[in-house]
Amino acid sequence: MEMQKTRFNFDFMSKRKVGLVVSSLLIIMSIISISLEGLTFGIDFTGGTLIEVGYSESVDLDAIRTSLSNSEFKDATIQYFGSANDVLIRIPPSEGLNNADISNKTLSLLKDTGANIEMRRIEFVGPQVGEELKDDGGLAMIYALMGIFIYVALRFQRRFAVGAIAALVHDVLITLGIFSITHFDFDLTVLAAILAVIGYSLNDTIVVFDRVRENFHKVREATPTEIFNVSLNQTLSRTLVTSLTTLFVLAALFIFGGEIIHSFATALIIGVLIGTYSSIFVASPVTLALGITREDLMPVQKEGADLDTMP
Amino acid sequence: MNRYSPWKYSFIIILIGLGVLFALPNLYDKDPSLQISASGASEVSELTEFQVSTALEEAQIPFKSIKVGLENLTIRFNDTETQLKGKTVVEKSLGRNYSVALNLAPATPDWLAKFGAEPMFLGLDLRGGVHFLMQVDMEAAVSKAEDRYMSDLRSILRENKVRYKTITRHKTGGLLVRFKNDDERNNGQTLIEDEFQELDVTVLEAGSGESQLVAKLKEQVVLETQKLALQQNITTLRKRVNELGVAEPVIQQQGLSRVVVQLPGVQDTAKAKNILGATATLEFRMVDEDHIAQDAVDGRVPAGSKLYYQRGGQPILLEKQVMLTGDSIIDAASGIDGLSGQPNVTITLDGKGAKRMSAATRDNVGKRLAVVFIENKVEVVEENGELVEKKEIIEEVINAAVIREQLGKRFQITGLESTKEARTLALLLRAGALAAPIYIIEERTVGPSLGQDNIDKGFNSVLIGFALVLVFMAVYYKVFGLIANVALALNLVLIVALLSLLQATLTLPGIAGIVLTVGMAVDANVLIFERIREEVRNGNSPQASIHAGYEKAFSTIADANITTLIAALVLFSFGTGPIKGFAVTLSLGILSSMFTAIMVSRGLVNLIYGGRRIEKLKI
Repeated sequence: MEMQKTRFNFDFMSKRKVGLVVSSLLIIMSIISISLEGLTFGIDFTGGTLIEVGYSESVDLDAIRTSLSNSEFKDATIQYFGSANDVLIRIPPSEGLNNADISNKTLSLLKDTGANIEMRRIEFVGPQVGEELKDDGGLAMIYALMGIFIYVALRFQRRFAVGAIAALVHDVLITLGIFSITHFDFDLTVLAAILAVIGYSLNDTIVVFDRVRENFHKVREATPTEIFNVSLNQTLSRTLVTSLTTLFVLAALFIFGGEIIHSFATALIIGVLIGTYSSIFVASPVTLALGITREDLMPVQKEGADLDTMP
Repeated sequence: MNRYSPWKYSFIIILIGLGVLFALPNLYDKDPSLQISASGASEVSELTEFQVSTALEEAQIPFKSIKVGLENLTIRFNDTETQLKGKTVVEKSLGRNYSVALNLAPATPDWLAKFGAEPMFLGLDLRGGVHFLMQVDMEAAVSKAEDRYMSDLRSILRENKVRYKTITRHKTGGLLVRFKNDDERNNGQTLIEDEFQELDVTVLEAGSGESQLVAKLKEQVVLETQKLALQQNITTLRKRVNELGVAEPVIQQQGLSRVVVQLPGVQDTAKAKNILGATATLEFRMVDEDHIAQDAVDGRVPAGSKLYYQRGGQPILLEKQVMLTGDSIIDAASGIDGLSGQPNVTITLDGKGAKRMSAATRDNVGKRLAVVFIENKVEVVEENGELVEKKEIIEEVINAAVIREQLGKRFQITGLESTKEARTLALLLRAGALAAPIYIIEERTVGPSLGQDNIDKGFNSVLIGFALVLVFMAVYYKVFGLIANVALALNLVLIVALLSLLQATLTLPGIAGIVLTVGMAVDANVLIFERIREEVRNGNSPQASIHAGYEKAFSTIADANITTLIAALVLFSFGTGPIKGFAVTLSLGILSSMFTAIMVSRGLVNLIYGGRRIEKLKI
């Protein structure tokens, strides 16, 4: 038996039961939270108005609440955004409000208090548009998963495709679950982040699968479990280094990117962590459990060999 | 071993050279400038240039340069203060036929501009401005089109002596024609079908025993009408945006019934909304002088008339027949009436409108002509537990003046409350009337300070993330890490160059995409370097390890990147606005990182290690 020396020699596959329990627990918690609590959708999806106002000095939220509570915008939620000079006002879609005018009216109400304010951002989304964005978002997720499934099934094998998709669904569910439990705002940028997570997590999985395929071809006498173990160990340092560099830049984005990009960076950081874990503890065990053998890879292997000779 | 042929090096150098060239314009600052474009019949020419520069020189306002472009004239200033002063002077000297907009013009040097190199196109979240998504009310467009047939149907039936009772709107769309009996109905059907090819006529089998027909627009005609309504709305929006004086506005069709309007740099969103959103049209109707309005208020509205209210709330009866609609208006200007000193609006009609107006007013001198101002608004109301947008039409008689003489092409409306009101009304009218109402269904406005904030923060996070990765790679992979760092830096240059070249919109999520790419782009190098390390560990020679490392990692890199690209493409096709920006930078980043991480880094490795005896690799 010809086994390469590796820096690491963890027996990942024997721990797969632990992984199964951890993942199942996380997924169940996520599903429970999503179905009971739901997601705290931002106005992108619910419709409504969002106004960000900058004050020249720090401002008392209660004062703003009082001035708005006497108006037609009783349901407005008001919070600081990043600093005590910056205030975010959210007005849900409600009866009898002429939507396009809400922001103007609110701003003039705030100006009436005599404070020196500056309009920083206004977002208004009609209920119908919000509904469409929600539908499109769900469709985007499904199409991305389908496209990936087809590519992996063609390039590798159906069982690998199932393993990869299992890991991706796992990542998406848990990221959504965390957003549901923590009540972080779920807006369009978070949706984009989750699609990027799908791409990233898959990246990790593909690298492992590529090695598995290569090792199946090279190492003739090993069991599939051994093959997966060796492959995971061989790719482990790459997995860790790439996750680390990605987390570096995401940390920079989280800390220095400003409030608007916060939930986007949060979603990506959560996704990268879970994606790294899932490519080891979800994608590979699932593929293995589906009974992958060397023979499964033979016809596809030829096609891979052609590509391997390219520079 | 491990050598690149000269052509491969030249290829790399040329590509990088082009990258640097197209990325360069982004290093130059932007000049505060004025963008002058013609509205209406006038034209921007050398003459305008002369006129503007003389005016500026006379007012002793210094400017950097003045240049006539294809459609507009750009004047650059040294600072925003002179830019603002310049605006006042230029506006005064050119008058109403030109729109003068504040802008930031890229200060790309001429030699770069000759290559077509331009800086990146910044999205509204970075430069500040307003984004509107507007919905054209297609139902209204179609029913309006059908209403136009109402009087035509009446006259053709009358002319051919087909006896009908009434023609009204049918509740499920179309026009309902009620006849005396089935014979008349059959005659009517043949007649209508012959005369109006655009109408679909069906017999209504109602249980009431009445003889009824429903005439609807044919599917083809409906589609045509909707297309036309959208087109006309876009044209009207263009004119209105022109009135606002905005540099580089975007007015674009989205889907079958929507229009995207983007106004960079606009800060007064209230004004923009009033002018774009409050769609107003005018209708001219004769006042029904034969009946008493109060009777109508009590519920006895005479046939042929409709009850309206004036500004002060007084009821007034107007004839149902519309004499003229806002479509015929070609110009409207506010001013002060010489005699009364009251604010007024002078309206100019097109030829067709003028003929109709003159024919209708000829026999009606001494009677009153009312101007109905129709405004469309959207309210959100609760219906069966769901929030829906409800359209509301506010009709108000703004003026009912005695016709002093036969009116023609030009006439005045007086009786307006203030000069400000006259100005607003004139502006709305001048911009043209809309064929179908249009509503704002989405707004995203970013103030100028937040835009600059976003640029700074985005730039900082790219810089800091980039620095962290550089340090890590250098420490972890030593010489090879430095090579990866050079590749990464070139990758950034190439992304910026590609974005500039494609003039794709850079948004804040787009910058986030660049940041993410920086983190992920080293992945290819990490894969290669880890492979080389493995080969070395397995006892292979340094040269063979390098060769095998690059070779074996290739298919993995390709697979991994293609799958990410699939996700990015889906994001692009489903995303809107800022999200699209993210997908664009992510995709471009993946593509350019394939080139830099594989070819460029290999080229550098070959330069350093190729064709030599090496004892040990610094990896």
